[in-house]
Amino acid sequence: MWYLKNALTRKNLMALTGLFLSFFLIIHLVGNLQLLLPEAEAQLQYNWYSRLLADNIFIKIIAMVLYLCILLHTIDAIYLTIKSKKAQGAGYAKDKRGRASKWYARNMMFLGSIVFLFLVIHFKDFWYQFKFGEMPLDANGNKDLYTLVVEAFDQLWYVILYVIAIIALGYHLLHGVFSAHRTLGLYHPLYSKIVKYLGIIYTVIMTIGYIIIPIFIYLNR
Amino acid sequence: MKLHLKIWRQKDSQSKGEFKAYTLEDVDQELSFLEMLDTLNLKLVKKGDYPVEFDHDCREGICGQCGMMINGIAHGPIKNLTTCQLHMRSFKDGDTIYIEPFRAAAFPIVRDLKVNRSSLDHIITSGGYVSVDTGQAPEANSIPIAHEVAEAAFDAAACIGCGACVASCKNASAALFTSAKITQLELLPQGQTETSKRVVAIVNQMEEEGFGHCTNTEACQVECPEDISVLNIPRMNYEYNKAKILNK
Ligand code: HEM
Ligand code: SF4
Ligand code: FES
Repeated sequence: MWYLKNALTRKNLMALTGLFLSFFLIIHLVGNLQLLLPEAEAQLQYNWYSRLLADNIFIKIIAMVLYLCILLHTIDAIYLTIKSKKAQGAGYAKDKRGRASKWYARNMMFLGSIVFLFLVIHFKDFWYQFKFGEMPLDANGNKDLYTLVVEAFDQLWYVILYVIAIIALGYHLLHGVFSAHRTLGLYHPLYSKIVKYLGIIYTVIMTIGYIIIPIFIYLNR
Repeated sequence: MKLHLKIWRQKDSQSKGEFKAYTLEDVDQELSFLEMLDTLNLKLVKKGDYPVEFDHDCREGICGQCGMMINGIAHGPIKNLTTCQLHMRSFKDGDTIYIEPFRAAAFPIVRDLKVNRSSLDHIITSGGYVSVDTGQAPEANSIPIAHEVAEAAFDAAACIGCGACVASCKNASAALFTSAKITQLELLPQGQTETSKRVVAIVNQMEEEGFGHCTNTEACQVECPEDISVLNIPRMNYEYNKAKILNK
C-alpha cells in the first residue's frame, strides 16, 4: 500500500482536498452574502435558497464530497504532523529557525485545529439545526434558517468567535493555497509566482467577505 | 574578544548528552568559526579533556562537512554560508553562543557536534546517478547542450550535501537536497531518460530514511549555503506524480 505510507502521495491528497474546500468557500460565501440584503427581502430569499440547495441531488452529492474532504484532509493533517514530529528528532535548545519562514506556514496544524473546532460549532449550530432540528417556518413555508443565523449573530461573543476563526482560516489559506500548487508540482518560476499572488488575492477576499457577514448583522440589528 | 560558549557534548549515539559551558578570552575577530573551536580544543587537550568533535574537511565552503547549529540557525547567523566561512567578526564581545548538532531522526549523533549523514548518501545511491557503460570519456561536444540548460543543471548540482536544509526544516525534510539531485540529472540528456525510474527510487529512499515531508515553508533555501532553489521541490513532486500516474 505505497500510497498510504508515502508522504508525497498523502500530501497530494491533502492539497486536492484543501483546494476543493477552498473552492467550496467561494460558493459558500456568495450564497451567504444574501444575508446582507434588507431584512424583509433577505429572510424569504435566504430560506428559499437554503431549501433549494437542500433539495438538489447534485448539491447533495457535492455535500457528501465536502464532508469526505474535511475528513480526509484532517486525517492526513494528523498523519503527516505525527510523521513530522518523528522525523525531527530531539529538537534544539536554542531554536531561531523561525527567521527563515512565515509563522503561519510553520503552524498550519494549529491554524487547522482552530478551523476544525470552529467547524464543529458551525455544523452543530446551523447545519444540524437545519437538517435535523425543529425549525419554525417562514411566510413561504420554508424552514426559517435566516432568523436562526441572525439571532446567533446578535450575541457579541458569537461574533468574536467567528472573527477569530475566520482570521485563523485566512492564515491557513494564505499558506495553504500557495503550498497546494507546489505540492501538486507547479514548478515554473513565473506561473508559480502568479499563483502565489492569486492565492493572496483569493485569501484576502475570502477573509474580508466572511468577516463582514457576522459584523454587519451584529451592527445592523 | 571574550566569548561564552554553550556546546552540546554527547559521548556516543546511545548516551545522554548535555550542554557544557566554556569561556574563551581574547578570541581574534579574524578567526573563522572552526578556528575558534580549534582554539578551544587545544585548551581542552592541554588540560587532558576530550576535545569537542565536529565534522570539517575543506574549510573553504565546498565539501559540506561542517554543519552545526549556531545560536539556533544552521551554519550560523549569515544566510547562505557554511560554518567554515563564518568568521568571529559576526559576533560581539561578551556574546553567548549556543552550538548544537544538526537534529533529525535521520541524522543520528556520532559524538558531540558530529552527526551521521549517511542517509543523504543512501538517497544518492538509490538513484542519483546515470547508468552508463564505463570506458573512454566520450567526446565532450557529441551531445549539444544549450548554455542555459547546462547552467540550470549546474545550479542544482551545486548542492554540497551539508544537510542544513534538513536541520532548518520544521519537518526535517530532505526535499531540497533530494530534488536538487533530481533536477540536476533530469536537465541533462544523459540523465533524462532515467528520470521516472530515478524519481520513484530516490523519493522512496528519502521516505525510508525517516525524513519528514515538505510543507513549503521555504526555510531551506534561506539557510542553504548554495542557495539551491525551492522550485526544485515542486519539480520533484511533478516528476514523481507523473511517474506514478503513468505507471512508469
Ligand atoms: C475550510 C477548511 C480548510 C481549508 C479550506 C483548508 C485548506 C488547505 C489547503 C489548500 C492546504 C494546502 C495543501 C498542501 O500544502 O498541499 C492545507 C494544508 C493543511 N491543512 Fe488545511 N484546510 C482546511 C481545514 C483544515 C483542518 C480542519 C485541519 C486540521 C485539523 C487542517 C490542517 C492542515 C495542515 C496540517 C496542512 C498542511 C500544511 C502544509 O503542508 O503546509 N486544515 N489546507
Ligand atoms: S540543498 Fe543546500 S542546505 Fe541542503 S544539503 Fe544541499 S547545499 Fe546543504
Ligand atoms: S569544511 Fe568543507 S564546507 Fe565547511
